[in-house]
Amino acid sequence: MKLNLKIWRQKNSSSPGKMVDYKVDGIDKDMSFLEMIDVLNQQLIDGGEEPVAFDHDCREGICGMCSMYINGQPHGPWEKTTTCQLHMRAFNEGDTVYIEPWRAKSFPIIKDLVVDRTAFDRIQQAGGYISVNTGNAVDANSIPIEKELADQAMDAATCIGCGACVAACKNSSAMLFVSAKVSHLALLPQGQPERKDRVLNMMNKMDEEGFGACSNTEACEAACPKGISVFNIARVNREFISSSAFVKKKDS
Amino acid sequence: MYGLGECIFSDHGANRLGASALMQGLADGYFVIPYTVGAFLSTQISVPAISTDHPEFEKCEKSVQSKIDKLMGVGGTKSVDHFHKQLGKIMWEYCGMSRNGEGLKKAIGMIREVKKEFWQDVRIPGEKNEFNPELEKAWRVIDLIELGELMCYDALDREESCGGHFREEYKTEEGEARRRDPEYTYVAAWEYTGDGNDPSLHKEKLEFNNIELKTRSYK
Ligand SMILES: Cc1cc2nc3c(=O)[nH]c(=O)nc-3n(C[C@H](O)[C@H](O)[C@H](O)COP(=O)(O)OP(=O)(O)OC[C@H]3O[C@@H](n4cnc5c(N)ncnc54)[C@H](O)[C@@H]3O)c2cc1C
Ligand code: FES
Repeated sequence: MKLNLKIWRQKNSSSPGKMVDYKVDGIDKDMSFLEMIDVLNQQLIDGGEEPVAFDHDCREGICGMCSMYINGQPHGPWEKTTTCQLHMRAFNEGDTVYIEPWRAKSFPIIKDLVVDRTAFDRIQQAGGYISVNTGNAVDANSIPIEKELADQAMDAATCIGCGACVAACKNSSAMLFVSAKVSHLALLPQGQPERKDRVLNMMNKMDEEGFGACSNTEACEAACPKGISVFNIARVNREFISSSAFVKKKDS
Repeated sequence: MYGLGECIFSDHGANRLGASALMQGLADGYFVIPYTVGAFLSTQISVPAISTDHPEFEKCEKSVQSKIDKLMGVGGTKSVDHFHKQLGKIMWEYCGMSRNGEGLKKAIGMIREVKKEFWQDVRIPGEKNEFNPELEKAWRVIDLIELGELMCYDALDREESCGGHFREEYKTEEGEARRRDPEYTYVAAWEYTGDGNDPSLHKEKLEFNNIELKTRSYK
């Protein structure tokens, strides 16, 4: 398969970038999208040019590294699929494919398609953990968890922190990410000791990092490769309001 | 903390053959690590911040810098992936689950050729003081080339069939793996002795006090 590519090239965060046209040939329909870029990069290196920098690690949909817009959609045209799991059979002979980095103030571009997503790490560090007593065995059946709660917590925990929710949002809001991380722990008994501080600290950190507010457009859920539900956003809002009242009372 | 689970060398962590590394990491993380870390920190807490003026730091910085310069200075014609794929093919053919002495010797020779060619002809585009994924990959691939050679060395040295690996020369009449416990009941740790030198072998004896060493049989 032959394709025409239009790719955002940018040397570093301080240089301007631009869309550049490339042609690739010999693309097999069973290649992944990243393998298609590997083919292009081999071609560029052989021709003495710099390859396109892009993030990737696991290439099996679990690490959240492979961030890019493909034809204007975060992670491309397939639903609930990361870029690395998108296959070239999603495209046709002669197609023109636009490839761009995430666009959000809080995710500055490092080079080409690679953006700095450490803002997410800092939000996690602000509260995405639990404290555990170690050293003694806890009886296996001493913390029963209802199946329904366990399922909801597990669904929230499938967030891989890729940032597609931010990229898809017209406000560059990180609410889907934060709500998934808060929900995962707030739903379980292990998350209770820090429950109130966690939501306040993580939400404050999100604002500090410059992410926008949520205006309930729900583009995030549509773009999320793990299908995280916007219901988590409703939950995090409830958590935030009730925790704010509690912490204010405690302070006064 | 970064590698505690990964480094555990007890009932599970030392091998990945159907063992549960995660459970081992969790169990030892719960019962053992809190004391290990506490004991370590108790001697470290009074140590002042280590300065980057330290001669060891300077030595290390210099060696990293000179390796980067060397990699960027080759200015050859072939991509890093070209060498990575060559190495992968050699390992797959000669150092896979089933291997033999002749193939392993051949592989060592071939890997040395790949290494020589790498240092003469690798092309790393971009600049050294910027984000450069090709440079990072080149560094990893040259490490993998050395590691691959070492794996062939170790496989060649172990003249028995044991665990998941089958040395074709060492099988029973029925074609099953033949272990040679009297000669090989040890863990092999290889010491790097400088570029171009043969690695040297250190042995840690495996001692079985409470259980008898046996061959697993499904018959
Ligand atoms: C694909 C895959 C599948 C696997 N499947 C299984 C399985 O099914 N069952 C099983 O039992 N085992 C499995 N394993 C093995 C198991 O997951 C690992 O052995 C185990 O997770 C290792 O635990 P660890 O705590 O040592 O390391 P890790 O879990 O790797 O933790 C290291 C931590 O250190 C952090 N870190 C690194 N550098 C820094 C730094 N400078 N500053 C701060 N933090 C840092 C990292 O971010 C990371 O969180 C699998 C491994 C892989 C890769
Ligand atoms: S590369 Fe890990 S999720 Fe795509």
